[in-house]
Amino acid sequence: MQFILALFGALGARVNGAITRLGFASRFILAVLRLSGPSFVRFTLTIREIYFAGVMSLVIISVSGLFVGMVLGLQGYDILVRYASADAVGSMVALSLLRELGPVVAALLFASRAGSAITAEIGLMKTTEQLAAMEMMAVDPIARVVAPRFWGGVISMPILAAIFSIVGIFGGYLIAVILIGVDEGAFWSQMQAAVDLGSDVGNGFIKSFVFGIAVTWIAVFEGYDAPPTAEGVSGATTRTVVWSALAILGLDFILTALMFRGA
Amino acid sequence: MAEEPVVSLQNVSFGYDRTRLVLSDISLVVPRGKLVALMGGSGCGKTTILRLLGGVMRPTSGSARVFGCDMTTIRVAELYGLRRRMGMLFQFGALFTDLSVFDNVAFPMRERTDLPESIIRDLVLMKLHAVGLRGAHGLMPHQLSGGMARRVALARGIALDPQLMMYDEPFTGLDPISLAIIGQLIRRLNDALGASSIIVTHDVEESLRIVDYVYFVAEGRIIAEGTPDAVRKSAAPFVRQFVHGEADGSLPFHYPAPPYREQLMGR
Amino acid sequence: MNRNRLLDLWVGFFVALGIAALFVLALKVANASSFSAGASYSVIGKFDNIGGLKVRAPVKSAGVVVGRVTDISFDNESFEAVVVFAVADRYRFPRDSSAKILTSGLLGEQYIGLSAGGDTVNLKTGDTLKITQSAVILENLIGQFLYNRAAEGGAGDKK
Repeated sequence: MQFILALFGALGARVNGAITRLGFASRFILAVLRLSGPSFVRFTLTIREIYFAGVMSLVIISVSGLFVGMVLGLQGYDILVRYASADAVGSMVALSLLRELGPVVAALLFASRAGSAITAEIGLMKTTEQLAAMEMMAVDPIARVVAPRFWGGVISMPILAAIFSIVGIFGGYLIAVILIGVDEGAFWSQMQAAVDLGSDVGNGFIKSFVFGIAVTWIAVFEGYDAPPTAEGVSGATTRTVVWSALAILGLDFILTALMFRGA
Repeated sequence: MAEEPVVSLQNVSFGYDRTRLVLSDISLVVPRGKLVALMGGSGCGKTTILRLLGGVMRPTSGSARVFGCDMTTIRVAELYGLRRRMGMLFQFGALFTDLSVFDNVAFPMRERTDLPESIIRDLVLMKLHAVGLRGAHGLMPHQLSGGMARRVALARGIALDPQLMMYDEPFTGLDPISLAIIGQLIRRLNDALGASSIIVTHDVEESLRIVDYVYFVAEGRIIAEGTPDAVRKSAAPFVRQFVHGEADGSLPFHYPAPPYREQLMGR
Repeated sequence: MNRNRLLDLWVGFFVALGIAALFVLALKVANASSFSAGASYSVIGKFDNIGGLKVRAPVKSAGVVVGRVTDISFDNESFEAVVVFAVADRYRFPRDSSAKILTSGLLGEQYIGLSAGGDTVNLKTGDTLKITQSAVILENLIGQFLYNRAAEGGAGDKK
C-alpha cells in the first residue's frame, strides 16, 4: 500500500514538474517573441546566427540529402520495376523527399548540428555569467542573445529543407537516369505530373517552417534553462536533441494528417 | 546637510524560501568615493548581497537603497536606468566569448548609447589604455590570460563611467603579480572616476591594502566591521582567525558530524 | 568590418541558394505552370454518378489537360452530382460540348473528358453542359453483364 502511494506520489511529482516546465517554456517563447524587435532592427545580429545555424549546416545537409536521394532512387526502382512502372521513380523520389524526408531528415540533422550548438552556446554563456553580466549592463539577454538565435534558426530551417530536397532529387536522378538508365524525359515528366506546387512543395515548406520553430524553441529554451554547471549544459544539449527528435516526428504526424487527408 | 550614501542597507534579510534565510539582518553603507570590502568564507552570502544591489533579486525584508532608490519596490524600467550607473566585474570576468576584446568593451556603449562608431572607438581605446591593454584590442577572449581577461572585464565595467562599481571575487585564481595589478587598478579607477566601489572577496592581504572599510560576513550576518587598521588589530576571535588565516578557531574546521569514534566503530 | 563582410557574403549565398532551390522545385519539379494561377472560366456539369472523381482532378480534351475540377457538390432536387470545373482561358469550346467521366488506364485516376460540339457560340463562366456521361461503375457493369447472361439463359431454356 505504502509502495503504491509512493509510486503515485513520484508520478505526480514528475507530471507536475513536466507541466511546470512546459508553462515556463511557453512563457519564455512569448518573451522571446515580444523582445524580437532588435533581431530585425539590427539584422546583423540575426545574420550572424543564420551563418552559424544555416551556412554551417550546409555541408551535412547536402551530403545527407544526396545519399538519401540515391537510396530512394535504388529502392524506388527496385520496387517499381516489379509493376513495370520504373518511369515513375522520379515522381516517387520527389514526392517522398518533398512531403516527408526533406523536412523531417533535414530537421533531425538541424537539431543535432545547429540545435545542440545553440543550447551549448547559451548554456555556457549562462555558466560563465555572460548572461548575468549582460543583465547588469541593462541589456536584456533574451533580446540580445536568445531572440537572434531563435530567428536565425527559424529562417535557416526551410532553406535547408529545400536544399536537402533538391540535392536528394538530384541524387535520385543520378542513380535512376545515369546509373540504371531510366529514360530522362520520363523521369522528369512523371515527376512534374505527380508533384503539385501547392500541396506538395508548399506543404513541405510549411512543415519545415514548423519544425524550425519547434527545434530552435527547444534549443534556446534548454540552453537558457540549463543548470549553470558543466553537467547541466551537457544534459541540456542531450535533451535538445532528444526532445527535438520527438517533437519533429510527432508534429510530422499531426501535420501530415492535417494536410494530406484524402482529396 | 549630510550626503546620502550611494548604497545603504538597513536590516535586510533575504531567503529563497521562507524557512531558510541566506541573509539576515544585514546593515551596511557605502559612502560616496569610498572602497568597501565584504569579506567572509565561501558560501556565506556575499555574492547574494551584490545581486540585491544589482536588483537581480529583491530583499525579503528590510530596506535597501541604491542611489536613493528603494530596491524593494523599484520598477523594471527604473532598474534599467539604475543599472546604467553601475558597473560589475564578475568572478572570472564573464567576457563575451564570441566578441573580440574591442567589441567586449564597446558592447555597453553600442547597446546603451547612440554614440557614433568613431567616438566609441576612441572611448574603447581610452578604457583599454587605462587597464594597460590597448595593444590587445584585436585579441579574442580565449587568447587572454586570466589576469588580462579580468582587466578587460574591468575596462568593460567602467565603459559607461559608472558611479558604483561592484566586484565579485576579483582576485580569485590570479598569480601574485596579476593580483597586485588588479588591486591597484581597482583603487586607481575608483579614485579617478570619483565612484564608489564594493568588493566581495576572501583575499585578506590584497583587499586590506586597498580598501577604506571592511565588513565581515559569516552565515548570512555581519559579524564585524572596521577600517583596515582596526581590523588588523582586532581581538575578535573570528576576525583574528580570518585575517591571520588560522585553520581552526571560532569557525570550526569540521563540518557538523556525529562523534568520530562512534561512526568509525559502526553500529 | 571585413569579418562582417565575409559573414554577409556567406549568408547571402545561403539565402540565394534557398531561393534558387525553391525556384527549381516550383519550375522543374512541380507542375506549377498548369492552372494554379492562370485565368480560367468555370463550367458546370451534372452527372448521375461521378464514381471516384475528386476535386483537382484534371479535365482533358483529346488527351491534353485543359482544366481542373474545382468543386463537387450534390444537388438535393435533381439528386445529381454537380461538378464545377475551371477551363483555362486560352482553350475555347463550343456551347454544346459534352463531358464524360473517364478513367486513365484500368486502375488509374478518374478525370473529365471534354469533347467539342459544333455550336458557333463558345462556353463561358456559369454555363451548364447539356450532355454528360457518368462514370462507369465496375459493379454495375458486372451486374448488368450477369443479368443479361441470366436473361439469355432463361430464354434458351424456354425454347
